[in-house]
Amino acid sequence: MAAAKEIRTQIGSIKNTQKITSAMEMVAASKMRKAQDLMRASQPYARQIRNVVGHVADTNPEYKHDYMVERDEVTRVGYIVVSTDRGLCGGLNHNLFKALLKDVVGWRKEGAELDFCALGTKASTFFRSYGGNLVAAKSGLGESPTVEALIGSVTVMLEAYDEGKIDRLYVVYNEFVNTMTQAPVVRQLLPLSTDIGSDETTQDAENARPGSWDYLYEPDAKALLDSLMIRFIESQVYQAVVENGACEQAARMIAMKSATDNAGGLIDDLEMVYNKARQAAITQEISEIVGGAAAV
Amino acid sequence: MANSFTCNIVSAEAAIFSGTVEQVVASGIMGDLGILPGHAPLLTELQPGPVRVFHDDGKEEHFFVSGGFMEVQPSGVTILADSASRATDLNEAAAEEARQQALRALNEKSAELDYGRAAADLAEAMAQLRTIQQLRKKAGKG
Repeated sequence: MAAAKEIRTQIGSIKNTQKITSAMEMVAASKMRKAQDLMRASQPYARQIRNVVGHVADTNPEYKHDYMVERDEVTRVGYIVVSTDRGLCGGLNHNLFKALLKDVVGWRKEGAELDFCALGTKASTFFRSYGGNLVAAKSGLGESPTVEALIGSVTVMLEAYDEGKIDRLYVVYNEFVNTMTQAPVVRQLLPLSTDIGSDETTQDAENARPGSWDYLYEPDAKALLDSLMIRFIESQVYQAVVENGACEQAARMIAMKSATDNAGGLIDDLEMVYNKARQAAITQEISEIVGGAAAV
Repeated sequence: MANSFTCNIVSAEAAIFSGTVEQVVASGIMGDLGILPGHAPLLTELQPGPVRVFHDDGKEEHFFVSGGFMEVQPSGVTILADSASRATDLNEAAAEEARQQALRALNEKSAELDYGRAAADLAEAMAQLRTIQQLRKKAGKG
């Protein structure tokens, strides 16, 4: 009966694991709802500021902001990589890093150097093993990240851009398509792509022609646009972080659900093996008794 | 000419207000601004303070913003607030408390005193009080 007993213990331990994974699934499901709310709550701001910046791009300004000018030569590229803090969320981070590396290889071919900014523990760990020039890192953002927590890392990258250390800035994060699907995206932050535009067409006819008008600025164009642009980049990064947070919970929920299902399958298989072993033992005992009785 | 326009007030955390209005009064960095329909395109930074919105049905609503930006297009106004709340949500006691705390922090000569932060807190608390007092004055009149 030794084999049968071993199988019993194995089944017991798998059952324990199953309990844990199904609990984690439920926790992730409830956290996902919260993360999605957070993502939706910050969307209006991100959309409106995008509109405003789109309008600014359409103007014929007295002061052209540095962030709007395409640089001729790209010698260094910056990436802000948004990852999760914890694992057990399926291939979420792995897929993200794969998408990042694909982009990175392209820039390497063109001879550009790379700078990285890691948001989230997983990204820091990744860059430790991958190498690469990590200039800023922030982890432990938690389930409800604040804009304040991100300002530091974003500022590092923006300063590098201002000083001309990097000529392009990208943000890499997972886009929340739906609960089942998360898609890694690499989006250009700086310089502002010209097609940023506004998705509304509420502008008056007189303003319809780009480059034919300009704002009145208070206090003055430079000071205003400087802080508006910084706010814009911050809001875009924040949006990326909360969206990635919603992805994390969704991916974890799916991963834990399939882990729970797999554990169920394993248990079924082992039950079968256990029953066979038990029956074999009984049959053996009976044949031993019968054999013994016949010998007498 | 239409005598109303759309107004959107959003903060980083949520959409605060969206609707058709006749006039918006906000405290810009260079002073208070009243926006009427057909205003020339304008971009301004906002000071912490009240934003008053006049609905097309004659009602008036107050919001509190602690800084941000305002974009004016002839067809509408967009306020990107750092954090905005409906003025009626403001608690005068809490505002007074925050102001006191900021003052205390300013007066204390502690080593790790963060002067800039304290001054900003103080300005915000004062602005909140200003909003409340404006509301109260209006309530007294009406």
